[in-house]
Amino acid sequence: MVLLFTRNSLVLKSSKKTILTVTFPFLNSLIYCTEFRFLTISYDKRVIVLANFTINNHHHMIQIKDLHKSYQMGNNSLHVLKGINFNVKEGEMVSIMGSSGSGKSTLLNILGILDEADSGSYILDGVSIKNLNEKVAANYRNKFLGFIFQSFNLINYKSALDNVAMPLYYQGVKRKERIEKAEYYLEKVGLSAWSHHLPNELSGGQKQRVAIARALASNPKVLLADEPTGALDSKTSQEVMELIQGINDEGKTILMVTHEHDIAQMTKRIVHIKDGLIIDDNPVEQVRASLYV
Amino acid sequence: MFDIERWQEIFETLRKNKLRTFLTGLSVASGIFILVILLGFSKGIENGVTSQFQRDATNLITVWTGTTTKSYKGLNPGRYIQLKNEDYYAVSRKYDDYIDYKSSLYSIWGGTISYKNETGNYQIRGVMPDHQFIENADIGVGRFVNQSDFDEFKKVAVIGNKLKKDLFKDEDPIDKNISIYGMNFKVIGVFYDPGGEREESQAYIPVSTAQKVFNAGDNIRNMLFTIKMADNFEEAVELSKNISQNVEADLKQMHTVAPDDTSAVRVFNTLEEAKKIYSLIGTIQAVFWFVGIGTIIAGIVGVGNIMLIIVKERTKEIGIRKALGALPMSIVGMILQEAVFVTMFAGLFGLIFGLGLLEIIGPQIQSDFIKYPQVNFNIALTTVFLLVLAGALAGFFPAYRAAKIKPIIALRDE
Ligand SMILES: Nc1ncnc2c1ncn2[C@@H]1O[C@H](COP(=O)(O)OP(=O)(O)OP(=O)(O)O)[C@@H](O)[C@H]1O
Ligand SMILES: [Mg+2]
Repeated sequence: MVLLFTRNSLVLKSSKKTILTVTFPFLNSLIYCTEFRFLTISYDKRVIVLANFTINNHHHMIQIKDLHKSYQMGNNSLHVLKGINFNVKEGEMVSIMGSSGSGKSTLLNILGILDEADSGSYILDGVSIKNLNEKVAANYRNKFLGFIFQSFNLINYKSALDNVAMPLYYQGVKRKERIEKAEYYLEKVGLSAWSHHLPNELSGGQKQRVAIARALASNPKVLLADEPTGALDSKTSQEVMELIQGINDEGKTILMVTHEHDIAQMTKRIVHIKDGLIIDDNPVEQVRASLYV
Repeated sequence: MFDIERWQEIFETLRKNKLRTFLTGLSVASGIFILVILLGFSKGIENGVTSQFQRDATNLITVWTGTTTKSYKGLNPGRYIQLKNEDYYAVSRKYDDYIDYKSSLYSIWGGTISYKNETGNYQIRGVMPDHQFIENADIGVGRFVNQSDFDEFKKVAVIGNKLKKDLFKDEDPIDKNISIYGMNFKVIGVFYDPGGEREESQAYIPVSTAQKVFNAGDNIRNMLFTIKMADNFEEAVELSKNISQNVEADLKQMHTVAPDDTSAVRVFNTLEEAKKIYSLIGTIQAVFWFVGIGTIIAGIVGVGNIMLIIVKERTKEIGIRKALGALPMSIVGMILQEAVFVTMFAGLFGLIFGLGLLEIIGPQIQSDFIKYPQVNFNIALTTVFLLVLAGALAGFFPAYRAAKIKPIIALRDE
């Protein structure tokens, strides 16, 4: 039930939350309310009161139920994910840990709609990700998800700048604006001076930062990072983590795979995977990366 | 197709992959170039051989005589058979229905001809008016021997262009008198002959005049007949062959020559020769076509192969683009547009380069057997489009597959 007050009079009473989301999209995260509470906020000089709702301004961005994935190799089948269950709320920052080969990348690829699960459900922002048509999938990859690959995956004949601008090309952004935005994000990762270098003229850490800038350029809601600090020394790692924390501060949901405990401590929640199952899922006291620098 | 951003992306890709672009372009351009040159020379040879052959009418029957080699009906061998006017009239009457042009000939091989201070030895041929058409002689100035020249034994001469140049230089020869063995002949025309200089160093005079001034009575040396062309080449060959055989038999009978005596009366039929030459041209063309089609196929396979390799090499890039939100069709479209652009550009370049080279080299070629090498532009253009299509098709399927598979699989490609 949604009750909407303006200047102390009830203007809207609805059992459908969609009315609010459509009228005031910025309230999107406010709708997923669970407790009885009053909220008074100011919007456009009017006062809107949401009544009878508890504000829990984190709705589930990612919901995974009983996810299975096997790899087929000839006659052998390798069962990698054996029933993963977990939810991630909007604005969370989660690290996924586990030994090598435990299926972390496999899981992240499925979350990034780069791969498909064999069974189980994956709901992204309220939409079931199953048998999506190519157009919808492309749209999600383009605008909603940012992916940072373990192996960077930069286009080797394009400069750092053009690599960063690539997702914007597929968003239909005009060339001039594309370049401007890409420059902005390259600066954010501290690579302005390298913008015209090809990937093979960059160090591993620099490539990683180009990949981060590219993932950020499309301004995604969810950032998926597969060992974003894997190729970096500890100092650069702190810098990159500071960057990622900053992005999280802006409200973006972040999932990252890491092997390093001190890096995991910089997130807000650690999920442990072993033999294709989540064995441990705990919140952590976030350590700000800026403390190290 | 007219998306500027897309074109920019494509040009950038081409520019950043210069070697790949260059090699693709080179293979297409050189394929087309070779084909153009090949077709050009094939046509050139056809033109050359045909024009060599065209100097005489193609369905000509020539009759000449020699000495008998066999005794027949009590007559000894070694007898010279002399053709007479009456032989000519008998044959032309009998086969009138089949004959187009006819002429009897009385020739002097090396006759002295002079004009003012210039003198030379030339072949002098006494002919009938029809001879102009039999020889395919092209009258440049004036006219050929006509019926009244023949009837009235006029002392007139039609001289070849070479002869004219020798004796008259730049002077106008018409109505001037030349001297043949001291007798004055009035020049009435100059002829050109596609057969070349040898044919053009002759003088034609009426055969009646020739018989008179060379005291030949009613002797003739040859008779020439052209046979009307049948619709069908094979039929024409058959007809000419029959007529020549009959003429030979008739003349042998009239001159009491053994039917199997091959040297006393001889009848030569050009159409039968033509058949051999035509089939030679056919063979040459077939060979060129074979090589040409081989070149096209090699080109198609080559371009297809290059496209396959390019797309294979770009599988990972396709995966990256997809992961960043590209639609499969936009990827396929980009790759095809790129392929079509490069092959088309290179193909047209090869075409223009080949045509240009033919234009420059063609006129320089001095050989009698290659003349005006030229290319059927449509065939060349069609080939360019074929190659473009082949490149597009060969690029389409792997590109489509790479764009359709899950991005993670494309990304794993190394
Ligand atoms: N394409 C594939 N085909 C077959 N097996 C695969 C494939 N990809 C991954 N695997 C297997 O699945 C298992 C999980 O792989 P995954 O890449 O998810 O591990 P990970 O947890 O990311 O490891 P790491 O920490 O080393 O990156 C591994 O045993 C791997 O060998
Ligand atoms: Mg991994």
